[in-house]
Amino acid sequence: MSAHLRFEQVSLRRGGRLLFEGLDLSLGPGEALRVSGPNGSGKSSLIRLAAGLLQPEQGNVERTRLALADDQLALDREVTLARALGFWVSSAMHAIEDFGLTELIQVPVRLLSSGQQKRATLARVVASGAPLWLLDEPLNALDSDSMARLAGVIQKHLAHGGAVLAASHQSLPGTWGTLELRP
Amino acid sequence: MGALILRDLRRGLTGNSWLPIAFFVLVAALIPFAVGPDAALLGRVGPGVLWIAALTAALLPIERLIEPDRADGVLDQLALHGLADESIACAKIVAHWLTFAPLLLIAAIPASALLAFDGQALVKAELALAIGTPALAALAVAVAAVTAGLPRAGSLAGLVLLPLTVPLLIFAVANAYLLEAAVSLLLTAGAPFVAAAAIRAART
Repeated sequence: MSAHLRFEQVSLRRGGRLLFEGLDLSLGPGEALRVSGPNGSGKSSLIRLAAGLLQPEQGNVERTRLALADDQLALDREVTLARALGFWVSSAMHAIEDFGLTELIQVPVRLLSSGQQKRATLARVVASGAPLWLLDEPLNALDSDSMARLAGVIQKHLAHGGAVLAASHQSLPGTWGTLELRP
Repeated sequence: MGALILRDLRRGLTGNSWLPIAFFVLVAALIPFAVGPDAALLGRVGPGVLWIAALTAALLPIERLIEPDRADGVLDQLALHGLADESIACAKIVAHWLTFAPLLLIAAIPASALLAFDGQALVKAELALAIGTPALAALAVAVAAVTAGLPRAGSLAGLVLLPLTVPLLIFAVANAYLLEAAVSLLLTAGAPFVAAAAIRAART
């Protein structure tokens, strides 16, 4: 499989509601795709489907190794940031530097602000080394400096042959393909 | 899986793992006030009381076994790291048993003294608890997974868990160790699959 992510005629129904059907999608090395649409159109569901956390009603999804950052922290709040990230990845120092978290590595996760926690979840994705990144509303809680850092990290990932699928109702910095979902 | 066991073990031991144990001893301490200080009577009802105390103490930590990790996305991230939901459940059972059972076995010594057990009765009680606690830990994790995210999950967990422990209770109090071990093995082996199915269902 050359593409990092491929949807073939995928349909998804949640809570009895058909979110999308017959969806074809291919994301190869160096490609970035932004999924947009109004609330409830299925952006987050598409991300979870791509991650394999949801199963399609019809169709087929193929994926390479991936990492996911969504609105859930998934970091142990009672330990330091370094230790919390260390549970998931063997070395997160570069990613911690990329997101300007170096001074916070000895701070317990519960004391981080929501923006700092968001940067930590993004750092976990970066440190994973996975070729496919799935980002659900990656700009939420980020300030302008953090957005610029995220844009730089994504560009570097794409330049190294990675791929990014992001669900966002805001424009993302850089060059992105777009997929608009309608409710 | 080892890292998950260590993580849950640390969280359990630095959290409120002593609370169920304190509750267990407290229940045992209340019985002499309820039935009187008659040593013969306490000796007769003691094994049953000890087990009722253990079963109710096992209910207390249920809400922190699965739900916090489900709500925080940890279970999803573990799945993305290639860990099967059954393995997650096994790790949580092992960690929960390690935070619950050794302390319970130690606490059973003062609890037995409060119930006027002699040395032989204490050994029997400890043996029955040692055989039964893996099943209690496994059931607690399975019920925690089934009730995760539901309103009033703690109350519901009691209604689900306690009836499932009846065979264990009967054989443990009767000192039928082989039958107790068989039931304990069955529950311990089956619980990870129930918990995993519940974790998967919660994702849909």
